[in-house]
Amino acid sequence: MSGVLAQVTGDLGSIGYGLAAIGPGVGIGIIFGQGVQAIARQPEAYGLIRQNMILGFVFAEALALIGVALAFAFRG
Amino acid sequence: MSAALPLLASEEFKAPGLGLFEWPPILASGPAWFNKPTALMMLGSLLVIVFAYAAFSRPRVVPRGMQNVGELAYTFVREQVARPFLGTKDSDRWMPLLFTLFFFVWIMNLFGSIIFIQFPVMSIIGYPAILAIMVWVLTQYLGVKRQGPIGLFKNVMFPPGLPKWVYVLVAPIEFLSHFFLRHITHAVRLFATMMAGHLIVALFSDVGWHFLFVALTPLGAPLGLIGVIMTILLTGFELFIQALQAYVFALLTAMFIGGALHPEH
Repeated sequence: MSGVLAQVTGDLGSIGYGLAAIGPGVGIGIIFGQGVQAIARQPEAYGLIRQNMILGFVFAEALALIGVALAFAFRG
Repeated sequence: MSAALPLLASEEFKAPGLGLFEWPPILASGPAWFNKPTALMMLGSLLVIVFAYAAFSRPRVVPRGMQNVGELAYTFVREQVARPFLGTKDSDRWMPLLFTLFFFVWIMNLFGSIIFIQFPVMSIIGYPAILAIMVWVLTQYLGVKRQGPIGLFKNVMFPPGLPKWVYVLVAPIEFLSHFFLRHITHAVRLFATMMAGHLIVALFSDVGWHFLFVALTPLGAPLGLIGVIMTILLTGFELFIQALQAYVFALLTAMFIGGALHPEH
């Protein structure tokens, strides 16, 4: 028996990207969920809420996108 | 998979990869840098210049033709991008930069969905990187000019109103994030969305082409149909993402400039 307990072959970058997308997915869901709730509570503040929603969205999204870039960057 | 489904593929399907983003020079004897993205970049700059010239060179009190479109666009960028972060006075000062950035990035992204061109120039890291470097130099210059070199570091690394021991954590994180990471993600965000979007549209259209035209089989045909439908849907989605990313790029530029000018906010 060799020292290797388990082995994965194939494109590890895809798996890495899948893992990297979990956190931002949860984050973006929270951002838009709370944003829609805020709009429902105060429709007249729509412009302000949408602006900050998009701002929060791009910061969360950046993490997933770095995952895309790195999946290609570290591909063997 | 092809062994399990012998009806599916008479020849192997190859997914498109990073080869999509490598272009040979257009002219065989010309310079190596003059390839399709560079030509598109020049075309895009020209389009923005011509648009701005046609809209704003001879302004009339009652706008006609291109000036109507230009004023609509200008108002959108001013109200949605510049004013929330820069205020009324500074936003007029920085509007030329933000307006140009928004439309330049947008048209460069839009090339990805225009038929026969079909390449979003911003999906090559060099193009967004040079814009982000420009914004980085500008914001650091403005920050040093407005707050002084010591004041800039003090405002960034030691925001007031925190317990003393927290600064051990906050100072290095804020330093890295404020001076480097947010500007790197500024470029990478645009690059990665465009690259991923282009790859996905190319993948589905390739599926449609391969399974409907190259290797038509009874089991492969529905898959090809799905590919065609997804290509159409994702092209619509891409159009939205392209505009959103251009908006976000201009928005973050306005935010960085606003942060450099008014650190207290």
